[in-house]
Amino acid sequence: MSNVRVLVGTRKGAFILTADGARKRWKVSGPHFAGWEIYHVKGSPADPNRIYASQTSGWFGQIIQRSDDGGKKWNTPGSSPEELKSPDGMPKGESNKFVYDGVPGTHQWYDGTQHPWEFKRVWHLEPSLDDPDHVYAGVEDAALFESNDGGKSWKELSGLRKHDTGPKWQPGAGGMCLHTILLDPQDRQRMYIAISAAGAFRTDDGGTTWKPINHGLHSQYIPDPNAEVGHCVHRIAMHPSRPATLFMQKHWDVMRSDDGGGSWREVSGNLPSDFGFPIDVHAHEPETIYVVPIKSDSEHYPPNSRLRVYRSRTGGNEWEALTKGLPQRNCYVNVLRDAMSVDSLEPCGVYFGTTGGQVYGSADGGDSWKPIVRDLPAVLSVEVQTLQ
Amino acid sequence: MIRVVLPPHLRTLARVDGDVELDVNNRVTQRSILDELEARYPMLRGTMRDHVTQLRRPLVRFFACGEDLSHESPDAPLPEVIANGSEPFVIIGAIAGG
Repeated sequence: MSNVRVLVGTRKGAFILTADGARKRWKVSGPHFAGWEIYHVKGSPADPNRIYASQTSGWFGQIIQRSDDGGKKWNTPGSSPEELKSPDGMPKGESNKFVYDGVPGTHQWYDGTQHPWEFKRVWHLEPSLDDPDHVYAGVEDAALFESNDGGKSWKELSGLRKHDTGPKWQPGAGGMCLHTILLDPQDRQRMYIAISAAGAFRTDDGGTTWKPINHGLHSQYIPDPNAEVGHCVHRIAMHPSRPATLFMQKHWDVMRSDDGGGSWREVSGNLPSDFGFPIDVHAHEPETIYVVPIKSDSEHYPPNSRLRVYRSRTGGNEWEALTKGLPQRNCYVNVLRDAMSVDSLEPCGVYFGTTGGQVYGSADGGDSWKPIVRDLPAVLSVEVQTLQ
Repeated sequence: MIRVVLPPHLRTLARVDGDVELDVNNRVTQRSILDELEARYPMLRGTMRDHVTQLRRPLVRFFACGEDLSHESPDAPLPEVIANGSEPFVIIGAIAGG
């Protein structure tokens, strides 16, 4: 019998929701790290008991937490007594040390001036596909870090931040965050990242060098709508069986690429609004994708106050509203970029969390929804583990 | 024996209840207290002062004997009542953020 574990990061702690494969009766544990902002919690595909969490605070900075038992016990990596002493006898405690490689340089600030890169927090943790100790971290101000020792220490893959276009990158309303990391399961040297507001980038050499992949994006809110960088990409999703096909929710516009980001075309089609944050792909149907339309960039709630997931079974352009079980009046929540995920059961389960603290789940690919929990703090991230 | 009062979030992170008691072998200053505190609880490194610059994080404050010492030199000697433990060295998260 399979089980499902939903990892939820919120403004005031992490919660873990578990159910068997029927996905009807849920057990809720938490808050873990009560009172702290938990930007992201994600398990290792290679070892589902290994889970990483980004715990952060405006007061006390960044903390990385790790569980080796599926989320029951947590530790800052490297904090066991035998790990606390380095060879020279000094304490380490470097699991939260994110230091840019070399001179950080500057990027564009809100007023158009140049501003120094300053580390603020980890937005996204992406464990590698085959080594539980290997994990990537996307951070604000935008950069990509890597740990090869289970999160005990971090090193920047600085070829990204040092890209020639770096001085043109600028923060979105939420900060200049690297929020999306996609690992190509067919080519371990290839990965995709996205930054708000710089755009999408791809490496084909394991993170040493990067190139912007924004051709075809059109953003009317920047001086050159077709610029190489500067686009406010909100989220990118990929089906593992087709890693060259990418789906993007941009600030405005839902986009698609079939050549590894080499070019993009709009697939917003009949959506009521093509503004939104999350986008995800069905576990078994690579052309079935989900978005949550939001009214506008100044009104972060659903159109007509009706919370609706939109599903396309054609890889975009043709969308159907999924409403069953979702509030269809007086709803003014948002769904943030990392707050949607799918399980790999049959039928595919789809989950998302809202800024109102609800986590909704669908055990039938989106046809119907039920709240798993209703009154959590604002949900920042939702990840799902399907456990055999 | 020096007594250090941590803010609740850092007590949770360090897994301590109540005050922390430290022996500081060097001259008792903000820096020597924080050095010893971080040596005992490495998970606190980076939470009170920057890993690299060692500067106090902006919303962390250091109090002793009813005085805010946050802007004093980290190497200035602290009062004898802190050094002998009759008064605690207090680390707080600033009241900010609404």
